[in-house]
Amino acid sequence: MENFAGQLINLFAALLLLIAFGMLSQRRILSLINLFALQGLVLSVSTLFVAYTSHQHHLYYSAGLTLLLKVIILPWILHRLIRKLNIKWDVETLFNIPTTMLVGIGLVVFAFNLAAPISLMAGTITKSSLGIAMACVLLSFLMMITRSKAIPQVIGFLAMENGLFFAATSATYGMPMVVELGIALDVLIGMFILGIFFFQIRETFDSLDLKHMEKLKED
Amino acid sequence: MNGILLQLFQDTLVVVIAPLLLGWVNQCRAWLQNRSGAGVLQPYRNLIKLFHKDAVLAHNASPLFRFTPYILFASMWLAAALVPVVATDLPLSPAVDVIALVGIFALARVFISLAAMDIGTSFGTLGARREMLVGFLAEPALLMIFFTAAAISQSTSLVTIVETLAHKQFVIHPSLAFAAIAFVMVLLAENARIPVDNPSTHLELTMIHEAMILEYSARHLAMVEWASMLKLLAYTTIGFALFMPWGIAEAGNWSALPVALIALFLKLAVAGAGLALLETLSAKMRIFRVPEFMGTAFLLAVLGLLVHFLHGN
Repeated sequence: MENFAGQLINLFAALLLLIAFGMLSQRRILSLINLFALQGLVLSVSTLFVAYTSHQHHLYYSAGLTLLLKVIILPWILHRLIRKLNIKWDVETLFNIPTTMLVGIGLVVFAFNLAAPISLMAGTITKSSLGIAMACVLLSFLMMITRSKAIPQVIGFLAMENGLFFAATSATYGMPMVVELGIALDVLIGMFILGIFFFQIRETFDSLDLKHMEKLKED
Repeated sequence: MNGILLQLFQDTLVVVIAPLLLGWVNQCRAWLQNRSGAGVLQPYRNLIKLFHKDAVLAHNASPLFRFTPYILFASMWLAAALVPVVATDLPLSPAVDVIALVGIFALARVFISLAAMDIGTSFGTLGARREMLVGFLAEPALLMIFFTAAAISQSTSLVTIVETLAHKQFVIHPSLAFAAIAFVMVLLAENARIPVDNPSTHLELTMIHEAMILEYSARHLAMVEWASMLKLLAYTTIGFALFMPWGIAEAGNWSALPVALIALFLKLAVAGAGLALLETLSAKMRIFRVPEFMGTAFLLAVLGLLVHFLHGN
């Protein structure tokens, strides 16, 4: 049973990586938000399995928190935002998608190599997923770099937090509860503030394209 | 002796049920589009009709154009017959190497493209070029998918892969999940299904496969059509062999054969319905999006391999 749960966790880790690539290749904001919600759901379920196999009770709370925050509240806020800003469709990318994907593959190889010696030291059931967690962080980072619009960048930021959370779960069975609560609150507040920023940016530049912000520098 | 009989049975089975699979897919599509459909037997009727007609050939058709349908049919039949469909360890099974299978598909692709260009019409050339574009991107993806499965079972023989996955203890392989998604994408592209090519259109801007076979008629067209049905069946059964090999009979085990047959038909029914659903849900892509689509398939297959080595199982 323990072995089977371990395999399930590996499967969920692979799904997380798959969703990270899905987000990287996605052109539409609406699908991007749905993918983000799906990633939160997979993360929550995999945390639940880790909690069950490792008998770490605080992980149940983490899973619940993830479910509440990343599957329900944040996607809801994002959906509301894009409805109010009326930007459902286009996502402008700086590079074309195949190139981004190829860079993504390189990042995955890099992350896997980087994680290999670390996961040898970890004694957890999820240790082999550490590479995937790091790959997710790097891929979200790549998404933030390659997108020029504000909302995809924020989604990249939130997805990066997902990756970090998964890394913590797989390396050490999660961070202390206080830290986790703090991060969750930070993300929530950050989302609110960024939401307000979106409106300010659009009011100033008539667009959510962050390239316009380069004009802000003083000569 | 039993083995040879079983091999012959499997070879006959694939060639007989190939049109049935296409008929089932078309019927499911019709249902999903709120039409009543032509029935699952319609491909058989089409084939019979085509075999009864007189063939028309262009004046400048070379012998290559004449014998290509037979080469196509033979190679697709060979591919479909080699894949372990109802039983493993048949007399031909030492020949079932996945790289050889990719080679057989490539052989058929080369010949259909040459035949398409043979007459010299612009449609044929256009179709052949597009087919080559899709094919050269689909082939590495298919190879990577096979390598992912081969890395798990330590063998590129499809029979060994099936035996490892079907008759051993149940283990979840995350790498196979990646490979499965990539495989579905390759299947759609290679069999001219909707996101890449529309099998039921003759609109000049979009067709790939249809453009290549425009010049064929009567028995030649029937052979080509039957070959593409066999190709669909071969791909579907390869998918079963790699990702859901359960229920397949072991060699000489006649008692397991009915179960294997029922399992095969169940799997085909589900896969056909799934294919129809996928085709109904997705829209035809622009031709220049196809490289991106196939690139994603290749990427997923590579990811599968990487994940396999990460987990080290």
